[in-house]
Amino acid sequence: MSNIRLENITKRFREVTALNDVTFTIKDGEFFVLLGPTGAGKTTTLRVIAGLEKQDSGHVYFDAELSDQIPPAERDVAFVFQQYSLYPNMSVYENLAFPLRSPLRQTPEAEIKTRIHHAAEKLRISHLLERKTGKLSGGEMQRVSIGRAIVREPRVFLMDEPLSNLDAKLRESLRVELKHIQKTQNSTTVFVTHDQIEALTMADRIAVLDEGHILQIGTPFDIYDRPATTAVAQLVGTPKINLLPTVRQNGSLVVQNSTVQINTPAGGVPEEVLLGVRPEDVKLTENGRFNGTVALIEPLGVETILHIQAGGQTLLSIVPGATTHRLNEAVRFDVSETHLHFFDAQGVRVQSG
Amino acid sequence: MMANQTYQAQSPVNFSTRVDKVGRRPMIASAIKGIVAIIIAFIMLIPVIWMGMTAFKSLSDAVSVPPKVFFTPTVEGFVNLFTQQRQLTDAEVAQYQERTDLNWAEQLVLQRQKTIIGQSQFAGQLLNSLIIAGASTIFSVIFAVLSAYAFSRFEIPGKDDLLFFILSQRMLPAVVVTVPIFLMYRQLGLYDTHIGMIFLYTSFNLSFAVWLLKGFIDEIPKEYEEAALVDGYTRLQAFRKVVLPQAVTGIAATTVFSLIFSWNEYAFALMLTSDRARTAPPSIPLILGTGGIEWSTIAAGSMLFLIPVVIVTFILRKHLLRGVTFGAIRKG
Repeated sequence: MSNIRLENITKRFREVTALNDVTFTIKDGEFFVLLGPTGAGKTTTLRVIAGLEKQDSGHVYFDAELSDQIPPAERDVAFVFQQYSLYPNMSVYENLAFPLRSPLRQTPEAEIKTRIHHAAEKLRISHLLERKTGKLSGGEMQRVSIGRAIVREPRVFLMDEPLSNLDAKLRESLRVELKHIQKTQNSTTVFVTHDQIEALTMADRIAVLDEGHILQIGTPFDIYDRPATTAVAQLVGTPKINLLPTVRQNGSLVVQNSTVQINTPAGGVPEEVLLGVRPEDVKLTENGRFNGTVALIEPLGVETILHIQAGGQTLLSIVPGATTHRLNEAVRFDVSETHLHFFDAQGVRVQSG
Repeated sequence: MMANQTYQAQSPVNFSTRVDKVGRRPMIASAIKGIVAIIIAFIMLIPVIWMGMTAFKSLSDAVSVPPKVFFTPTVEGFVNLFTQQRQLTDAEVAQYQERTDLNWAEQLVLQRQKTIIGQSQFAGQLLNSLIIAGASTIFSVIFAVLSAYAFSRFEIPGKDDLLFFILSQRMLPAVVVTVPIFLMYRQLGLYDTHIGMIFLYTSFNLSFAVWLLKGFIDEIPKEYEEAALVDGYTRLQAFRKVVLPQAVTGIAATTVFSLIFSWNEYAFALMLTSDRARTAPPSIPLILGTGGIEWSTIAAGSMLFLIPVVIVTFILRKHLLRGVTFGAIRKG
């Protein structure tokens, strides 16, 4: 296991800049998630680490060793592809043995056997070993492809949206398994996903990428609680954060076209400010300061999302369990002033709230 | 390819389970289809069947009018094909008939007042065909796999132009260049040599083979090689262990097409070979007997000529059906 450092990596594909001056360090034994929308450069980052893509400028270090010129085979990384990429002409066993039989490792067959059975047990694919890969279901394929990574003891696991082609139930159970395996092996893992729930539940640290830039790096809690930009704030958390344009009036911030207004936070904010309120911080109370009407109700069982129309703005609020409120009912609500986020006109967090 | 697999995996029941659909009607329909296919195949095969029959007819049966469908089979045609013969005088015939040391072939030709005076060149020419077609096919496929892989996977400057240049060789009618090639070959000492013919057929096959194989290799997702690269293999090892096994269908199709071209090629063989490297195609039409055209001899030659291609096609048949329909449905 080892740590990885990317320094000022820039990668272009013809006119498109996939990565723009990306710098970060992944610590030994860390579960590091690259989160971002499609086309953010997550996969390219992973491929640069693996050596499958050559960066135009910048450097990759493995354990402080400059690794730009080292071919993929010698970087000793394991890659789990989104499309599984199991060798179709081989059985499951042969697929798992393939990395161990490589000329670089030349593991003795007896050891290959024990390692494969060990990994297969862990992933519960022991009964599939003799099958051809074409005869597996999607979930089984992805298990095998994770198995192909864990039979080795690579310096780092690179996983490119390994769960995104699976159905929801399977994704959930594999997510738990993956995290468990990572924690028991204490392996350095770089995990690419566009799914914020995967990122929040699995990561030790998250790097949020968009259009080749790193927007924020931090623990899941940091990312959720102190989003650096509106893009990060919107990407993380369901239902989405409420973003409300405000204007300053007599020492308080008034949300445009609405009844909502709050005290200007200490430390001061610019003239025009976007106010971010997480839905769980919009609380329905009998004698709340603001009034609105219920525009839409989305029951989720464990909680209910209420869309509250307050003037021209709609705020999302999340309440536990079922709700007694009806559609078009007038309600009163409060926003918890200790959990407010302020962003300037460019969408950058204003460090005051 | 992957999408296909996932699809299969998700729906293990890929036949209809509706009771109303597996009734009698589909069986009748498939029976009719089968019968129609057999009839069409029979019509297509009539010339081949006719050739096969003629090969086993005697010289006189072969030209009888009306044509005989039932006849006593004889190998006279084959004996004529492989031997040189001499016409005997009446006195010699009587003399030969008393000899007891004649083998079965000599007795057979004696019925036509002839005797065997040596081997014909046909066996050698058939061997030439085998060597030249076999070697040029092997070389074409090897070179084509390598260059198709390179064209498919790597950034090559002027790639499209190069590919067009390769294709454009196919647009040139071969006859146009026979004379220049003839002159070149005489200068270079390649005239009437095996190497010269192998070289020529290989270069002719390559353009087609490269394009055909590139189509196949394009269809193999490059993630497989990337997986092999991170699994600890070099690119060449990944190519051998991961790409080649998946390109088998394309290689089989290319092999058969190349072989058929080299094996059948007539014009260049006629122009560029004489004694040493002459192949079978230009030789067969020259099998003219002394008294009229010996149809059973020609048919025997044609039949022997057909067999190697049939064998190779038969061996590779499993891959071929997929192979010939493969490149047909492609986007872009």
